[in-house]
Amino acid sequence: MSQVQTTTQATEGITATQRWNIRRALSQTGTTGDAVFRIVLFASVFIILAIVVGMVGMMLSNAMPAIKHFGFGFLTGKNWDPVRNEFGALPFIYGTIVSSVLAVLIAVPISLGIAIFLVEQAPRKIAQPIAFLVELLAAIPSVVYGLWGIFVLAPFIREHLGPILQKYLGWLPLFQGKLTGIGMLTGGIILAIMITPIITAIVRDVLTAVPVTQREAALALGATKWETTKVVLDNAASGIAGAIVLGLGRAIGETMAVTMVIGNMPQISASLFEPAYTIASVLASNFAEATDELYLSSLILIGLILFVVTFIVNGLAKLLVMTVTRGKSGTAKAA
Amino acid sequence: MSVSNKVFQFTALLLSFLLLVLSFACSKPTGGNSGGAVKLQGVGATFPAPIYKKWVDEYGKVNPNAQIDYQSQGSGAGVKAAQNQTADFGASDAPMSDEDLKQAKGELLHIPTVLGAVVITYNLAGVSKPLQFSPETINDIFLGKIQKWDDAKIKADNPDATLPANDISVVFRSDGSGTTEVFTDYMTKVSPEWKEKVGPKGKNIKLPEGIGIGAKGNEGVTGQIKNTPNTIGYVEFIYAKQNGLPIAPIKNSTGKFIEPTLETVSAAAAEMLADTPEDLRVSITNSKGEKAYPISSYTYILIYKDQKDAAKGKVLVDFLWWATHDGVKFAQEKDYAPLPSEIVKKVETKLNAITSGGKPLRQ
Repeated sequence: MSQVQTTTQATEGITATQRWNIRRALSQTGTTGDAVFRIVLFASVFIILAIVVGMVGMMLSNAMPAIKHFGFGFLTGKNWDPVRNEFGALPFIYGTIVSSVLAVLIAVPISLGIAIFLVEQAPRKIAQPIAFLVELLAAIPSVVYGLWGIFVLAPFIREHLGPILQKYLGWLPLFQGKLTGIGMLTGGIILAIMITPIITAIVRDVLTAVPVTQREAALALGATKWETTKVVLDNAASGIAGAIVLGLGRAIGETMAVTMVIGNMPQISASLFEPAYTIASVLASNFAEATDELYLSSLILIGLILFVVTFIVNGLAKLLVMTVTRGKSGTAKAA
Repeated sequence: MSVSNKVFQFTALLLSFLLLVLSFACSKPTGGNSGGAVKLQGVGATFPAPIYKKWVDEYGKVNPNAQIDYQSQGSGAGVKAAQNQTADFGASDAPMSDEDLKQAKGELLHIPTVLGAVVITYNLAGVSKPLQFSPETINDIFLGKIQKWDDAKIKADNPDATLPANDISVVFRSDGSGTTEVFTDYMTKVSPEWKEKVGPKGKNIKLPEGIGIGAKGNEGVTGQIKNTPNTIGYVEFIYAKQNGLPIAPIKNSTGKFIEPTLETVSAAAAEMLADTPEDLRVSITNSKGEKAYPISSYTYILIYKDQKDAAKGKVLVDFLWWATHDGVKFAQEKDYAPLPSEIVKKVETKLNAITSGGKPLRQ
């Protein structure tokens, strides 16, 4: 004990090498363990970096023919025609973003509702089975969601939800057109159901992490349950935003379930009932059969675009989170 | 002490895991003659997959040493596998183009195995007898010129049917496929407008915007049609039959409405014998005969004339011989039309010509 004290005092005002030597002398097992540990960590970091660089590099080099042939027009082109070898990625970018945003718009209020109920309101006996059920949803393979989408959701939208929307909101271009049950709206709803458990689970953890004292303080000040929840949500804002970003990421990359219900038609239509196409879907559908070089190269380029779209959307979402949470904590401090 | 112990444990674990991964990575399938068995790998078209799998099973009883694995990844994948020699044989519904053949590493042979048909199927309530279509009507539906089921042109093809005034939704293949190639091959033959608006025949189809729902695979299109009222689309014959969907008779080049059956599909091939070249690469859509179903096609296995591995080549050649002779009865059980006998003779000549190191494999 006394030895440690003396060395701690001695470390003040000495060089790094000396400090290193002292630490080495103090360590009973020597530094081999630390060195190996550091090598292992370094190797892990190197591997992940190498994978990212390798992937982007490979995609870029394979996408070169398409980049050279179409240039910037690939991003803005609306025509995707493998028959005539003309490729434009805009319908896929549009389909990916709109279906994912639609999914988040539907999933976020529901997930927040479930999470708040589980943490703030429900008795433990009810909360635990419900939480388990929600987590179970996350474990269902996406192809099963797709099947459910075809057999249950699509007919439901065609025969019930669609006609109601057209009757009351039919004046909006969003809800015009043929009702087949297959299209952007069905894709968005399937995605929403798939990302709800993810968002719910994370928000639940975030809410649980908010100190009980916060709630007690609010209640002591005479706040209602709703007002107390608002205080808790304020505290958890950044965590909730993080959950939404993760859900959005999952929605953008989802392939199988969307392919089965979105209609796979490369077009940009104002109507949510019309078929659309996402980047992940077109890749999954066409990779095996793309024998032509320019076609294959265009598919790889569109994969690269998915990379970039995910990156930008996540970046934007994080930016949004930062501004929202900064504003929140600012007002909280002022008040 | 305990910390560094854990570090060592962790490292040891990591290393052993890496070793495990490496050992898996290094143990490539030997694919050779381990214990007398010969393993063959085939990749290609999904349409003949059910019969190929049946043949593989049955042939295993005849020659227990033959272990053939067929992966149905699509005609395009089959062509690629044959070109790059990533499998022992490829399979494709449509014959390879001259350009594709140039990319092969040697002389590739087309061995037709069975015949198939692409059928027009639909989901329309209240129609008992299968509707029939002329090529002009199909053209107009797929190009969006006919929007309703009670259109005058559909009525003209089906004078007795009572048709509802519902919107038509077209279902097409969103993935590249041999089925689409056979269908577009037919459409480009019968409609100049199709050639101009949709483009030349091929594994892909690009319909005008706002028309249609894309689905992946024959099973995807079948599922979409089965579950969505007022839809119409094209699938391989067996998919429509197995799912109990209506199968439309199509007006052929002689003006007769012909239902696809084993006989009418075989007739389409038989009527085209005079036009069949020596390499057997031929399109039999819009065939001449009165009894011919117009959207018919051969499906092929692609193999190199000179086999690198004599043992594998021998098994492959014997298997194909067996399939096109003794295997015919299994094909008929599964609703694949058999090859005309003249074509079987040509297949025999081809199989006899396959060599390995200059020696013919078939004796």
